[in-house]
Amino acid sequence: MMNAYKMELENVSKTYLGTDGNPVNALGPIHMQIPNHRFISIVGPSGCGKSTLFNIISGLVETSDGAIYVGGNRVDGLTGITGYMLQKDLLLPWRTILDNVILGLEIEGIPKKEAKAKALPLLYKYGLKGFEHHYPAQLSGGMRQRAALLRTIMYDREIILLDEPFGALDAQTRAMMQEWLLDLWDDFQKTILFVTHDMEEAIYLSDEVYIMTSRPGTIKRHLMIDLPRPRKPQIITSPQFIELKEEALRTLSEETMRAYQQESAG
Amino acid sequence: MSHEAEAVSSRGGGISAGIKTPRPKSNWLKHEMAVPKPWAVNVGRFALFIIMLLLWEIGARSGLINSFFWSQPVEIARTWWIGVQTGAVWQDTLYTFRSTVIGFVLGTLGGTLLGLSFWWSKYYARISEPFIIMFEAMPKLALAPIIVLVFGIGIGSKIAMGFAITVVITTLTTYNGVRSVDKDLVRMVYSLGASRMQVFRKVIVPTAIPAMISALRINIGLALTGAIVGEYIGSERGLGRMIFYAGQTYEISLIWANIFNLSILSMLLYVLIGKLESLLLKGFMHQK
Ligand SMILES: Nc1ncnc2c1ncn2[C@@H]1O[C@H](COP(=O)(O)OP(=O)(O)O)[C@@H](O)[C@H]1O
Ligand SMILES: [Mg+2]
Repeated sequence: MMNAYKMELENVSKTYLGTDGNPVNALGPIHMQIPNHRFISIVGPSGCGKSTLFNIISGLVETSDGAIYVGGNRVDGLTGITGYMLQKDLLLPWRTILDNVILGLEIEGIPKKEAKAKALPLLYKYGLKGFEHHYPAQLSGGMRQRAALLRTIMYDREIILLDEPFGALDAQTRAMMQEWLLDLWDDFQKTILFVTHDMEEAIYLSDEVYIMTSRPGTIKRHLMIDLPRPRKPQIITSPQFIELKEEALRTLSEETMRAYQQESAG
Repeated sequence: MSHEAEAVSSRGGGISAGIKTPRPKSNWLKHEMAVPKPWAVNVGRFALFIIMLLLWEIGARSGLINSFFWSQPVEIARTWWIGVQTGAVWQDTLYTFRSTVIGFVLGTLGGTLLGLSFWWSKYYARISEPFIIMFEAMPKLALAPIIVLVFGIGIGSKIAMGFAITVVITTLTTYNGVRSVDKDLVRMVYSLGASRMQVFRKVIVPTAIPAMISALRINIGLALTGAIVGEYIGSERGLGRMIFYAGQTYEISLIWANIFNLSILSMLLYVLIGKLESLLLKGFMHQK
């Protein structure tokens, strides 16, 4: 393996044992080559295997086939390689926001005091000032999502997987969080893989967008988003953006239709 | 009333004139929101207690109540006072208190550890399950004669009773708490590179704590029952032994005097557990 890419997925696929005892192909085969420091979105019909893909990359679920390389080393089946934010915020309800954010560092064995000293400036800078000692239940959805994202960032991995992080937020909060995420990405120079069902969000945020087929999900299109950065929210009304979006949506709707027909056929 | 206010109110009247006349204000809000004054409640409770004692005393003296079986308050008080003077009250209460608390602590700790241990191996949990349930379904008080035979008539058998009666229910409660864990939380912590031990300490134990705390209150009552029944079967001391002994010799006022002591002990234990509970809730769950 060459080190030209930050991460490579080769032939990654997943088969689950169905309820009838027969294997069900849930994902793949997937090929991806992820360059360093990129913001990459993955969009696909629901149930096509996006979360499964992230579970595999993060080492929580075993691949049925294929391999994953990070920096030339085979990493499939290993946890702790990537920072992963699952679909829910998953803050520990009995811990304060500060204690939640340092969880990753704590697990690595860094003394709590040191971890807190590291986390506090980030909480201040990224809009959680005054909430450090609050409990998750006392925060709004947007704030909790911020905390979960900061926890992922604090767990200092070069590759970050974000599974529909803003899926449950209202439009205004979501727009705010997008800007916030772009700031974070800028500041920390991470490679981000981002799952969303919102095509506009995908294009606005990303350098590359992967569109997946319906189940079993494979890569249907790989779009390069050559919009200049930094991007302003108004960019979504530019002709170039609209063209990209229409193209992407057309591709996706074919797959959504197919997924729908698959389902109604049984 | 100022000019302005008058204008407003008359305009308001004009609007509502066309609509239904409002119902007279009921004072439901007062009923719903009213909180009785604590001192008034205490006075009321005490008064009720005195009235019941009075009725009992009068009933016994007039022959309406058979005082051979039911004794009467003045007689009970006299018996109790003798106990206080001889020190028997303290000795017996302390004895029962001690065996209850030790049985409670051992049973609760043992059950908690056992319940938590099931998280480590599904295989081991599955194998143990029917045995735990079988033991839970069995009326443990029925074991008392065997336990007293095995552990003797000393404090050991009372502790063993408290343990036997609390350990299984605690195990089940804790294990249910463990199983209620959010699988995604566990995945999240693993995704941060955690070991099983770290997942256990940072997710499983905190998840099970509320269940464990809720077991405390139930356990203290059970442990007390266990200790008393143990004392019935065979003991040289304790409130249960006194009650049993008094029953055998038809000293009804002695029975009542010791039931009174038992009630005081039981209340004391519940107060202590309440304190412990709120301490734990504050410490672990950050609730008041
Ligand atoms: N543990 C599992 N066992 C069996 N099937 C699963 C399991 N996890 C996911 N699946 C199936 O795999 C498919 C992909 O799921 P998922 O990755 O959650 O999709 P997405 O995130 O794209 O909506 C779904 O059809 C789902 O039912
Ligand atoms: Mg998903």
